[in-house]
Amino acid sequence: MNLAEGVQLVSFGVLALMMISAALGVVLLSNIVYSAFLLGAVFISIAGMYILLNAGFVAAAQVVIYVGAVNVLILFAIMLVNKREDFKVIPRAWIRQLSTAVVCAGLFALLSVMVLSTPWSYATEVIAGDAATVIIGQHFFSDFLLPFELASVLLLMALVGAIILARREFLPDDVPADATQSPILTLPERPRDLIGANTEGSDRS
Amino acid sequence: MVLQLQYFLLLAAALFCIGIYGLITSRNAVRVLMSIELLLNAVNINLMAFSNFLDSLAIKGQVFAVFVITIAAAEAAVGLAIVLAIYRNRDTVDMEQFNLLKW
Repeated sequence: MNLAEGVQLVSFGVLALMMISAALGVVLLSNIVYSAFLLGAVFISIAGMYILLNAGFVAAAQVVIYVGAVNVLILFAIMLVNKREDFKVIPRAWIRQLSTAVVCAGLFALLSVMVLSTPWSYATEVIAGDAATVIIGQHFFSDFLLPFELASVLLLMALVGAIILARREFLPDDVPADATQSPILTLPERPRDLIGANTEGSDRS
Repeated sequence: MVLQLQYFLLLAAALFCIGIYGLITSRNAVRVLMSIELLLNAVNINLMAFSNFLDSLAIKGQVFAVFVITIAAAEAAVGLAIVLAIYRNRDTVDMEQFNLLKW
């Protein structure tokens, strides 16, 4: 890292403040669309952290994959299930939230004590810096070859499974009836608002 | 005063605790998935800090971070597909009304 130390410290502080406040907004805001956009802010500030940690390649991957793909996918899901429903109020829900907050604060205290009391053995070698991309590629194709290939197979399986899960279910009984009665081309899927109409019509006839 | 490993680890611990709080208390199913993304990112910050400060020559932490990003993308796709399927069947996204797989 060829920035001055003060600049690094100040940018770390700014990024940390932005990240913690945006993460609190993700968790605490009531409007979930705001939460999704703040999640993008969290991801971008984490990419800045990676740049501070001399990892430009992973920072670029973070921006491309998280901000470009995962966040857009979450926004799609929010807007597909965008039903403004008021959740039923649970009695004494504040007990649950308070106990969760206490447990999380305790976990944070435990982790910070562990972090501050462990004597870390710092590396003395020169930092890889811009050669990190080449080193990551060498790792991928020598000693991490099997996890790399497994990750690609897993991505394929996950995407095919997601398509199959999110697809509307196919109703093969309706297709020949529609084809004989009406020449209007329709998708072979069950439309949501026509289910009640179809059952009413069959009851009447 | 330079950047220390401890700063990054404390920041990742704070992000992890915020993610756990959101995972347990939020009632919207999509927000639960967003909290899981926060948890994975906290772990990633830990991995990157370790690879920079403790293993700066053979940066294996960055390799593991790339793997975690991959798994997180797959998890987001499958999780949001499951949320959409449940929403289509139950017509709600409230976590308190999902009594599937309970007993």
